[in-house]
Amino acid sequence: MSKTPAALFDKVWDSHVVKHIDDGPDVLFIDRHFIHEVTSPVAFLGLESRGLKVMFPEKTFATADHNTPTINQHLPVQDPLSANQLKALESNSAKYGISHWGLGNPKNGIVHVVGPENGITLPGMTIVCGDSHTSTHGAFGAIAFGIGTSEVEMVLSSQCIMQPRPKKMRINVNGKLGKGIVPKDVVLYIISKLTAAGATGYFVEFAGDVFENMTMEGRMTVCNMSIEMGARGGMVAPDETTFNYIKGREKAPKGEAWDKAVAYWKTLKSDEGAFFDKEYNFDAADIEPMITYGTNPGMGIGITKKIPSAEQIGSGKASFDKSLAYMDFHEADNMIGKKVDYVFIGSCTNGRIEDFRAFASIVKGRKKADHVTAWIVPGSHIVEAQIKEEGILDILTEAGFQLRQPGCSACLAMNDDKIPAGKYAVSTSNRNFEGRQGPGARTMLASPLVAAAAAVTGFVTDPRELI
Amino acid sequence: MAYDKFTVLKSTAVPMPIENVDTDQIIPARFLKATERKGFGDNLFRDWRFENDGTPKKDFVLNNPIYSGKILVGGKNFGSGSSREHAAWAIYDYGFRCVVSSFFADIFKNNSLNIGILPVQVSEAFLDKIFKAIEANPKTELEVNLPEQKITIVGDGASESFDINGYKKNNMMNGYDDIDFLQSLKSDIQTLATKSIY
Ligand code: SF4
Repeated sequence: MSKTPAALFDKVWDSHVVKHIDDGPDVLFIDRHFIHEVTSPVAFLGLESRGLKVMFPEKTFATADHNTPTINQHLPVQDPLSANQLKALESNSAKYGISHWGLGNPKNGIVHVVGPENGITLPGMTIVCGDSHTSTHGAFGAIAFGIGTSEVEMVLSSQCIMQPRPKKMRINVNGKLGKGIVPKDVVLYIISKLTAAGATGYFVEFAGDVFENMTMEGRMTVCNMSIEMGARGGMVAPDETTFNYIKGREKAPKGEAWDKAVAYWKTLKSDEGAFFDKEYNFDAADIEPMITYGTNPGMGIGITKKIPSAEQIGSGKASFDKSLAYMDFHEADNMIGKKVDYVFIGSCTNGRIEDFRAFASIVKGRKKADHVTAWIVPGSHIVEAQIKEEGILDILTEAGFQLRQPGCSACLAMNDDKIPAGKYAVSTSNRNFEGRQGPGARTMLASPLVAAAAAVTGFVTDPRELI
Repeated sequence: MAYDKFTVLKSTAVPMPIENVDTDQIIPARFLKATERKGFGDNLFRDWRFENDGTPKKDFVLNNPIYSGKILVGGKNFGSGSSREHAAWAIYDYGFRCVVSSFFADIFKNNSLNIGILPVQVSEAFLDKIFKAIEANPKTELEVNLPEQKITIVGDGASESFDINGYKKNNMMNGYDDIDFLQSLKSDIQTLATKSIY
């Protein structure tokens, strides 16, 4: 008798269900739990007040990133509230026996950059963190998603959370990407088609040539932003690209355990005929360099296009107008040529070495535009070291840029890296919400190439003209 | 953390007919620096509610004294964005116990249920009806009946049923949370952990 064909998602989910509750959620076992300073302190307080222990401290990893300064990290953190959160993370980790990569640790960096980089993230795992961009880890064929603080407390105390089983969506992108089109463009394009809520209630599998031919870092960029279309998470089936990336990393399995793991990981793909509640197909040839013009990541267009109307994108008029008013943009405006005050390259979306290589490829031999302030922030110390080793720092310095130290930085502007009110930023991060990068800041999301083109010209510019 | 039991809530409501209200608006990141769950209500909708110098913005609905109540009615795709439970804490701390919308972002919905806010998802048409009723009369009351899974516009009498899974419903009605339940499953959890290759 043949078995019912299963999707990649089902294979991973089903192997982690401790208990199914009728007319309720599944109790899901969690293989890896990442914590950071902002969403964990209250969870630890909760544990304490109930007198509970951490059930598997070796399955939780702590890193400081959201609040950390990106200059002078060797000095004490100035903001007393931030300093307090960082201290709480450190002392809670020490108290419960959790590994902690705080400021100054050579492994420190943004949680979704350091997990994969150190081989903590592996295919077939369930991975959670009190941060919505945990979806990044889905690039390895893991079920990875963001949770709230109550759930952080659940994972600490029982290594489980309670989740209703989401529906399944598959997004296929086939064909060949044009010159200057990078993974960020692919995902911004998909979100612009599905809207910011288009995948709510779903877990997404990304499939097709474009993802098969993509590097791990590119897949991470794509899965990272699956939350921006409302999905719980996104995943890509693991393959040789995945195994090659993981092999030899510090916490990856070694020797016999490696062979055993790879044999299992090879079974992690959607069977022929697996059921999906929804399926979309896109053609790589239709994708241009993308940029957003509004205040949610679904409001993106090809860089050579004009800003659409509410009717054209099927949005409510009042919300659409409010969004354009915030940006001080207008329907039918060209994006090309808009003045740019700030450029931010970094975050868990585009803060990996390939992103800085791409940025440098355009900046090389050019100069930073005088009126642009650029914040160049590696995702981790390991990325920072690579930037130096590969000579990228020299290219940046020659062009008039400075490199900052790792952290979330202007992605959410919890530290001092805030875009001033009214100013325009081209940002490689993931959210263009009102005030996300500082009160009143106006964000245009784009790829590292578009960011680089803006940084050297001072205006929104098609990067293909500079390649 | 324990929260109030939820059965039937009858209250006036605060209308916010804006789509895609994201968690960065509900509570901006710069107010997430506390290490305790206290006082988040003061910064609920901070940048929509106050000028930079702290003076209230007159045209924002929370500053309009004709609207009040324990129910917040929001536009489509409420709570998108970050996983910060602080957003739900801020709403709870301000005094809301129920949020009504035609569509909720997943994580926000989970977080709300975990801390005792009932997210009530209604049809677009019914949401529109609620907004119109409140516009016509700001004193309009809504009745949210959890045991019957029904929301009614009091006076007008129009009502609609809403979904919630049986497990969460029971938790909400009794003020239970998941942590105690999970503690009771320890041996099953241990069994699965032993089989895991990770
Ligand atoms: S870089 Fe931005 S999105 Fe990523 S973890 Fe940090 S704050 Fe969250």
